[in-house]
Amino acid sequence: MTRTFLGMPATAPRGVGNLRGDEPFPAAAHKALADDQLRRNLGHATGTIRRKSGAVVAELPDWQELRAAGSALKAATMARLPELLEQLEEKVTAAGGVVHWAADANEANRIVTDLVRATGQRRVIKVKSMATQEIGLNEALAEAGIAPVETDLAELIVQLGDDKPSHILVPAIHRNRAEIREIFLREMPGVDPGLTDDPATLAAAARRYLRETFLSTPVAVSGANFAVAETGTLVVLESEGNGRMCLTLPETLITVMGIEKVVPAWRDLEVFLQLLPRASTGERMNPYTSMWTGVTPGDGPQSFHLVLLDNGRTAVLADEVGRQALHCIRCSACLNVCPVYERTGGHAYGSVYPGPIGAVLSPQLTGVADNASLPYASSLCGACFDACPVRIDIPSLLVHLRNKAPHPRTERIAMAAAAYTMDHPALYTRAQHAAKLSGRLKHLPPPLNGWTASRDLPEPPAETFRDWWARR
Amino acid sequence: MRIALFVTCLADTLFPAAAKATVRLLERLGHEVVFPPGQTCCGQMHINTGYQRDALPLVRRHVRTFAPYDVVVASSGSCVGSVRHQHATVARAAGEASLAARAEDVASRTYELSELLVDVLGVEDVGAWYPHRVTYHPTCHSLRMLRVGDKPLRLLRHVRGMELVELPDADQCCGFGGTFALKNAETSTAMLADKMRHVLDTGAEVCTAGDASCLMHIGGGLSRMDAGVRTVHLAEILAATEES
Repeated sequence: MTRTFLGMPATAPRGVGNLRGDEPFPAAAHKALADDQLRRNLGHATGTIRRKSGAVVAELPDWQELRAAGSALKAATMARLPELLEQLEEKVTAAGGVVHWAADANEANRIVTDLVRATGQRRVIKVKSMATQEIGLNEALAEAGIAPVETDLAELIVQLGDDKPSHILVPAIHRNRAEIREIFLREMPGVDPGLTDDPATLAAAARRYLRETFLSTPVAVSGANFAVAETGTLVVLESEGNGRMCLTLPETLITVMGIEKVVPAWRDLEVFLQLLPRASTGERMNPYTSMWTGVTPGDGPQSFHLVLLDNGRTAVLADEVGRQALHCIRCSACLNVCPVYERTGGHAYGSVYPGPIGAVLSPQLTGVADNASLPYASSLCGACFDACPVRIDIPSLLVHLRNKAPHPRTERIAMAAAAYTMDHPALYTRAQHAAKLSGRLKHLPPPLNGWTASRDLPEPPAETFRDWWARR
Repeated sequence: MRIALFVTCLADTLFPAAAKATVRLLERLGHEVVFPPGQTCCGQMHINTGYQRDALPLVRRHVRTFAPYDVVVASSGSCVGSVRHQHATVARAAGEASLAARAEDVASRTYELSELLVDVLGVEDVGAWYPHRVTYHPTCHSLRMLRVGDKPLRLLRHVRGMELVELPDADQCCGFGGTFALKNAETSTAMLADKMRHVLDTGAEVCTAGDASCLMHIGGGLSRMDAGVRTVHLAEILAATEES
């Protein structure tokens, strides 16, 4: 059962699934930047969450200590992940659950599909889950003739709109209420044709549709925010209560969880349950926190399966610097403060994990060579590091990954030449004088034309500083 | 105090006014400024673009050049940030433990201008006079890598004749980010557009900052749109007097 950890970590399987886009970030961003409506939706939404989260974070005098504790707990967990996972497996099994190990997305999809098939059901209800988005479970289920129904309101909007999530916490952040009304009118079974775009009315329409689905679907699929190794307890945090419906009403519950989500002990939740809501939704306490341990006879699902997903995580763990990315608790605070994300939106990143954390997590899961543009999708402004509740040093990780990424040949040559020049002061001085002689250029050739498309170059000065100093 | 100037390749080549102002200011305050001649570039661009190995000789050169000095100053938050947060890492990644130790030693004596003035020299009123309406952009690496906090603003508040106006959303990145401005030129430009809008909203004649690179970016955009707002390095404002 521990085959995920056998063999050399360097040859651990790479992640597959919804982790890379069809085109590099700059090309995808080009399209997003041209969409004014998208930028207005994003600017408004991220600004609102940013202010709300900032206010409740500022209330805690020990926020920095909590962050340090969260970071230390995650680092300690990663240091003994194999043994914690085996402990989790043992406890879940003892409590009546069944544990499955999935090396990658394909294997996880096959396990879940087979489990649903075995129930004889053709429809499952889903709790909002990043892991199942990552592996493309909905598509795999649909291919097997099983209809997945997303029950998180925003995920439902994305699903009905045949769209992709663009934010970890608010997957439909790129949609405004007028667009949501159109999607509901077009796609929601039994919707009132007189539907308005009033948020309460839209929510009520979704509630009517979902209630019916909850009551008639005996199989649910969820992710997990945490899993406590010492007790085998799974934890899901959500804001709507729809998750709890899925976790309690059905007969069968299948949970897909990334292996990094395990925490050693119950007491560790004390730290994370303070960090996550404040950083994520800007709430002081999470509205619906559901916890379950295996199967309880006569109460809740009577059949429980836990699928432990690797999909590249063991390979990330093998990188001493990069493994910090596995500390992520999916709060999305880094997205909400990121000036790049705010302007391009999540789809430009091509992965279900967008924004700063996506730019360091996705390339590591797939292998950097397959996702080489993402570590460059940042100005390294550092706002993400400050916002991260578990202190992931995202800017340093971005730089680390840039140093592992394949580079274009011409750039490699130019960089080597520049470094050589900079290491030879006489050459450097000559290059400075040459730059001065060329005067003020209006338009630079590619790949430097990106600068002069929107920005003038400075007027070269009459003399360099070191010339001035020399004749002083 | 004897202070070694780390001019930075950008200020040396394109913005000598900021470096000269740093010299004038420190000499006016009674200090001796020296210019270690072997210096060129700290290697930040190489490191941040993924060419850490190419940067190694530059780190070695920087450490060798500045090791003999007790105090080093640069008028650039991001170059000091690279010296302080990247040089030792680059050395360690190359297996050069002793270089890493020496890099840490040099870094511990290297200051950004506002840090040097406020923390080391203990001065906030540098006796400057600058009769203009000015807004201050706090640059990401000064703010979040060096944590200079309000030190530049404390220095600016003592400048006589100057009207200091607050920049809305000041802590938002201008979109420069080194080679980010080239590799993701359109996203960078979208970020710059918002920064320029905020600068123009202040009605300031001058936008200042502690980093020539960010100012080159903001200034390049303002110049392209003929906005009539100038970018001036913090050192130049602090060096200005009624006599000069």
